[in-house]
Amino acid sequence: MLHIKCPHCGMRSQIEFSYGGDATVKRPELGKEISDQDWDNFVYNRKSLRGKHWELWQHLSGCRQWIKVQRDTATHEIFKTLKANEEIS
Amino acid sequence: MQKYSVFSLVKNALSNHENWDLAWKDPTPKKEYDVVIIGGGGHGLATAYYLAKEHNITNVAIIEKGWIGGGNVGRNTTIIRSNYMHDDNALFSEFGMDLWRRMSQDLNYNVMFSPRGIINLAHSDAQMNTYARRGNSMRLNGIDAVLLNREEVREIIPMADFSENVRFPIFGGLMQPSAGTARHDAVAWGYARQADDMGVDIIQNCEVIGFDVSAGKINGVRTSRGDIKAKKIGLCVAGSTNILAEKLNMTLPIETHLLQACVSEPVKPVLDKVVTFGAGHFYISQSDKGEMVMGGDLDGYNSYAQRGNLPTLQHVLTEGIAMMPFLSKLKMLRTWGGIMDMSMDGSPIIDKTHIEGLYLNCGWCYGGFKATPASGWTFAHTIAQDRVHELNAGYSLNRFNTGHLLDEKGLGTKTWIS
Repeated sequence: MLHIKCPHCGMRSQIEFSYGGDATVKRPELGKEISDQDWDNFVYNRKSLRGKHWELWQHLSGCRQWIKVQRDTATHEIFKTLKANEEIS
Repeated sequence: MQKYSVFSLVKNALSNHENWDLAWKDPTPKKEYDVVIIGGGGHGLATAYYLAKEHNITNVAIIEKGWIGGGNVGRNTTIIRSNYMHDDNALFSEFGMDLWRRMSQDLNYNVMFSPRGIINLAHSDAQMNTYARRGNSMRLNGIDAVLLNREEVREIIPMADFSENVRFPIFGGLMQPSAGTARHDAVAWGYARQADDMGVDIIQNCEVIGFDVSAGKINGVRTSRGDIKAKKIGLCVAGSTNILAEKLNMTLPIETHLLQACVSEPVKPVLDKVVTFGAGHFYISQSDKGEMVMGGDLDGYNSYAQRGNLPTLQHVLTEGIAMMPFLSKLKMLRTWGGIMDMSMDGSPIIDKTHIEGLYLNCGWCYGGFKATPASGWTFAHTIAQDRVHELNAGYSLNRFNTGHLLDEKGLGTKTWIS
C-alpha cells in the first residue's frame, strides 16, 4: 500500500487516488506547426524508466485535485509531491 | 544429448539417477557470435531454438542477466489461447497453437500442454453480441469458437454464481475449446535443452551494460562478462525493454507495469476449464497440483518492483469471489508479480529497428506466455532473413506512426486503465 502526501489534504492511502501517467509529457502547443514525430512522442512514446519517475495522480476520493508525485518505480519510495500547477524542478 | 523416454528413465533408475546428462551447459562467452539474443526467457530461448532449427544459424548466444526462465515465463498463469478478432493477432496466435500442439514431441520434453478450453463469460446482452462477433471472426480464421448460452455455461462450470440476485449475472460465454494451459517452466527448459544441444551458448548471470553502435549499425554488446561482438542482436526482454531502449537512445511506445498472480492452497479437481470474468479483469484455472491459479488487473502505476501491492489483489479477488463464491473459503498459498511491457495499443512489437542488425521483440502486455513459440519462430525468421514474416508484419514498430494500430480491445494509450 502506497501512502501519498496530497499537497492539499496531507498523507492519504493509495486507494483514494487514481493514476494519470508520466507527468513530464507535454502536449505540443496549440496552433503551432509540429512534426508527426512530436505527436508520436506526446501520444505514444514513454521513457518509463526504473528509478525516479514524475507522475500524475488524482486525489479522486478526496479533494479531486490532480497532483504531481515523484516516486521510485522499483522501490515505490515517494520523494516529493507538488500541486498540478507547480513546475518540476 | 540423451533422449528422454521411458527406456532412458528405466535405464537411469538402475544407476540411481546419478548419470543423467546436464540439460544445458554453462559456457564462457566467446568474443564473437553470428547472433546474440538478449534475454533468456521463453521468447529468447525459443528464438535461439528456431534460429538453429529452421535457419541453421547455430553460432548464437543467449545472454541473461539472472537465470533462464526466472522472469515472466516463470511468473505467468500459463494460459494458451488464440481467441482474437483481428486477423493479425488471430493468425499469429493460431500458428502458435499448432506449435503448442506438437511442442512436447518437438522438444522431447513434456510441457504438459492441456487443451482444456477457455470460457470468457458475458454479463449483458451487449457483451453477448460482441462475443458473437468475435467468435464469428475467429471461425473465419479457422479458429474454433462456440457461443454458449447461460444454461450451457452452467453445465460446464456449475460452481460459478448462477443465483438470481447478483450484480453481474452470467448471460453466457464465448468458448475456445482448443485453448488451454501448459507447464511454463518446462517450456523454457525444453527450448533451452534443445537450443544448447544444437550449439547455442546459454550465458546466465550476464548483464547488458551497453551497446556498440556505429554509423547506424550494431557491432556488439558490452556485458558484465566482457564485450561480445555480433552483427545481429535481438532484444527479447519484455518487462525490461525500456531499460535497454534507453541505452540505445530509443524511446518506445511502451510503459512498464506490474501484474500480479496468485495461487490458492491445493484442492481436489473442481474446475477443468480456464474461465475469465467478463465484468472486470479476472481469470482462473486449476493447476495439476490442485491450486486455483488466478490473476487480473495491473497494479496500475509504472513499476519495476516484481512484487505487488495488496489493494489490487483485493480488488481482483473480489471479482473472483463474485464469479465463483466458493473461492472465499480457500486460503491463499502464494502471490507474486511480474513486470510487463504494456504497449500503447495492447499488441506486441516484433520488428527490425532503425539500427541495422538490431531487432526488437517486446510489448507483450498480458499475453506473452501463449505467444512463446510463435514469437520465437517469427523473431528467428526476422533476424535470419533480415525481414519480417507475414505473420508478424502487423506487429511493426512504426504502426504507431502510421496509424495502423492493432487495438484488439479498443483500448487507448492509458495502458494501466485496462
